[in-house]
Amino acid sequence: MDWRRFAIIALVIVIMFGTVVLIGTSQNTPLVIITSMMATTIAVATPLTLGALSGIYCERAGVVNIGIEGMMLGAAFFGWLAAIYMNTIFHYPAMPSLIVGVIAAVLTGGLFALLHAVLSITFKVDQIIGGTVINILATGITGFLNRQLFFGAGSVFQGHIPNAPGVLPTIRIPWLADIPTVGRIFEQQPIAISAILLVIITHFVLFRTRWGLRTRAVGEHPRAADTVGINVIRMRYMNVIIGGFLAGLGGAYFTLESISSFEANMTNGRGFIALAAMIFGNWTPFGAWTSALVFGAAQALQINLQFFRELIPPQLAILQNSYVVGLAPYLLTMLILTGIIGKTIPPAADGQVYEK
Amino acid sequence: MTENDVVLEAKEITKQFPGVLANDHVSIDLHKGEIHALLGENGAGKTTLMNILYGLYRPDSGQVFVNGKPIVIHSPKDSIQAGIGMVHQHFMLIPVFSVAENIMLGDETTHLGVLDIKAVSQRVRDLSHQYGLEVDPDTKVGQLSVGAQQRVEIVKTLYRNANILILDEPTAVLTPQETEDLFRIMRQLAARGVSIIFITHKLKEVLAVADRITVMRAGHVVGTTKPNETNEPKLASMMVGREVILTVQKQPAKPKDEVLRVEDLSVLDDRDLEVVKGVSFDVHAGEILGIAGVQGNGQTQLAEALTGLRPIKSGKVFISDKDVSGKTPRPIIETGLAHIPEDRQRHGLVLSYTVADNMVLCNYYLKPFAKWGVLQQDKVDENARRLIKDFDVRTPSPYVPTSKLSGGNQQKVIVARELSRPIKLLIASQPTRGLDVGSIEYIHKEIVAMRDRGIGVLLISAELDEIMALSDRIAVMYQGQIMDVIKAGQATKESLGLLMAGIKPSVAAEAAAPKP
Repeated sequence: MDWRRFAIIALVIVIMFGTVVLIGTSQNTPLVIITSMMATTIAVATPLTLGALSGIYCERAGVVNIGIEGMMLGAAFFGWLAAIYMNTIFHYPAMPSLIVGVIAAVLTGGLFALLHAVLSITFKVDQIIGGTVINILATGITGFLNRQLFFGAGSVFQGHIPNAPGVLPTIRIPWLADIPTVGRIFEQQPIAISAILLVIITHFVLFRTRWGLRTRAVGEHPRAADTVGINVIRMRYMNVIIGGFLAGLGGAYFTLESISSFEANMTNGRGFIALAAMIFGNWTPFGAWTSALVFGAAQALQINLQFFRELIPPQLAILQNSYVVGLAPYLLTMLILTGIIGKTIPPAADGQVYEK
Repeated sequence: MTENDVVLEAKEITKQFPGVLANDHVSIDLHKGEIHALLGENGAGKTTLMNILYGLYRPDSGQVFVNGKPIVIHSPKDSIQAGIGMVHQHFMLIPVFSVAENIMLGDETTHLGVLDIKAVSQRVRDLSHQYGLEVDPDTKVGQLSVGAQQRVEIVKTLYRNANILILDEPTAVLTPQETEDLFRIMRQLAARGVSIIFITHKLKEVLAVADRITVMRAGHVVGTTKPNETNEPKLASMMVGREVILTVQKQPAKPKDEVLRVEDLSVLDDRDLEVVKGVSFDVHAGEILGIAGVQGNGQTQLAEALTGLRPIKSGKVFISDKDVSGKTPRPIIETGLAHIPEDRQRHGLVLSYTVADNMVLCNYYLKPFAKWGVLQQDKVDENARRLIKDFDVRTPSPYVPTSKLSGGNQQKVIVARELSRPIKLLIASQPTRGLDVGSIEYIHKEIVAMRDRGIGVLLISAELDEIMALSDRIAVMYQGQIMDVIKAGQATKESLGLLMAGIKPSVAAEAAAPKP
């Protein structure tokens, strides 16, 4: 990561954290506020991290995937649906229901990804179009089923929204979580923790294993890979589907870890912000994770400012409006994508159809 | 040599593509430790045959034998298994990968699931030592010179234990020195028992390095011969199917007024480095000034600056005494400039446009091709039909996209467009690069004909033979400067070679003189 990108990251974090610290300082010590901000940042960055990792698998193999948003939305819905069915219809306890929900979400992401792979690899549809199809499809299916299943007359739940099995429990990381004050950072839910583990795993897979070498080869110069006997089509399929699983796990965060309900379009552009994080992170897992944290910090600003709402000085009254503060991640995305960050280098064959 | 010596044999291979019979019952064999050249013009079917041997295409009929046993090749995997390695014309290397990563790709060594780069690097070093192929396994391929990348490709095949090596047009991208190096490597490999198929259309190279020569034309094998039984004209006529005049015939030049004057011109490249440094020269009507030099010494940027495609840093350019420095291409063209650009596909043609449209790219906005801003299609067509006939462009019709034409015919479209206008100056950059013998002969004749009609020609070429055959005066460019301008009659390959390497004759003479 070059100094420019590093400086921008540092600057954004200082502004985000600094704002909250300055406003809340009369009520809490800076350490408590920073700890709270960091804990929130890591949690809310989870779908961004997973989305960005999803994009990394796809694009490193040469398939542009702008359908991550749709994959996450679909996964959020079907994961939640599976958990509710398990819990309220089949009367399983909350925990197994949630686990089935997560599995269903991951598989949903994989299925959407399979569709993307079929469209863009086998049928050679423009990959942007393929991704758009996924996004529209996910919005339509989830919106429709959400209405039909829960709100419509004669629906399964007869117009009553059933009780959800709650959210995945918080895990205290031994030792670290026991540290006074800052220990709070290490109390996270399972998907958030697995996202971080997946960053490390993805880095390892991509740069240290045969699979990773071949994946990158297929995304850089598919013909070269073909001439040494690598099955380009198969590699692309597999990576897109792995990417779909990760996006699915990211989707599970929304309805099984963050809150226990589904709303239409609840991913709210996170899939696209994840793509921005992937680009900002130069298609590397750790780079993407760092960028996801930056976007996460912007979102944590909105959440943490709510605690100190009445302390916001009148000169900064605009910050009392949570919608205005909520714009921060999106503004940041636009800023970053306008090229203020300098040049990023995508895989050379990213988005190119491979024809023998 | 006995029958047992045959390591590879292709028998009666036939491959049909839509509309083209690329290989028609082609047979070829390869002995152990032999360099077998496969000679033919573009489109003769050489590359198709090799892609069949390498498993990239499947033949419609025919059979391949390795060491006497018939084998079926479905994919490159099968041919690698059979010991066949191929170095493609366009390298199959990944620039952002290290040499070791490129070499092991597809045949990785792992330790507990982790890539064992160390073991691979060691093996690469061993191979490079054993065969005299200098490569550093840890360098990124993108940072290597073209010659070094080619060595990586060769090591890549050896790493897979290939004992049959197919080199597809390996010299097309090399400098003369790199070519010499490659020949040395090829002989060394052959001496160690590696059998090589060397695909090319360059006659001199075939005679220099091959043990046997098989010539292909239009999908057939024309014949097989040996270097000591043949010569350049014989090979050329086998390739083309008719007599070819390899030497350019021309009368002494009758230079007249100056048409191009360049004064102290400096130009920057894309990275803002000064690659043309205060160059001055002139071109007169009725003469050919050749600019020689190893590629990448500023010739490309010089041509771009003269034609208005690249801004000038300082200095002046005059065409027929009119100052055109810093002008855009259109006004420069309108002073009477014709330009045959170096990269015909990127800068010479709009590939997706038809032949007819490409033929009016310089003057579509002028009468008679445009009237009140509306294109006069009938005039455009008429123009195209006339030029196709006059310049012998082989195209099914004027309405075919130029992307469908062969390289030689694409170049003819450009030549037709540029030379059919009233011009005073022709700037031709690498006008015969990648073309076959027949097309080269044609382009050379056209350039000399232009000169004889009183047009000034600036010829930029990395092919020293071409420069020497065509030019009346020769300027040698080295690191952005013109080392010297010599009359063609006084230039020898050696003297030009020294200048191309940056050694001035006076300095060279001093170095050669015995020390007191």
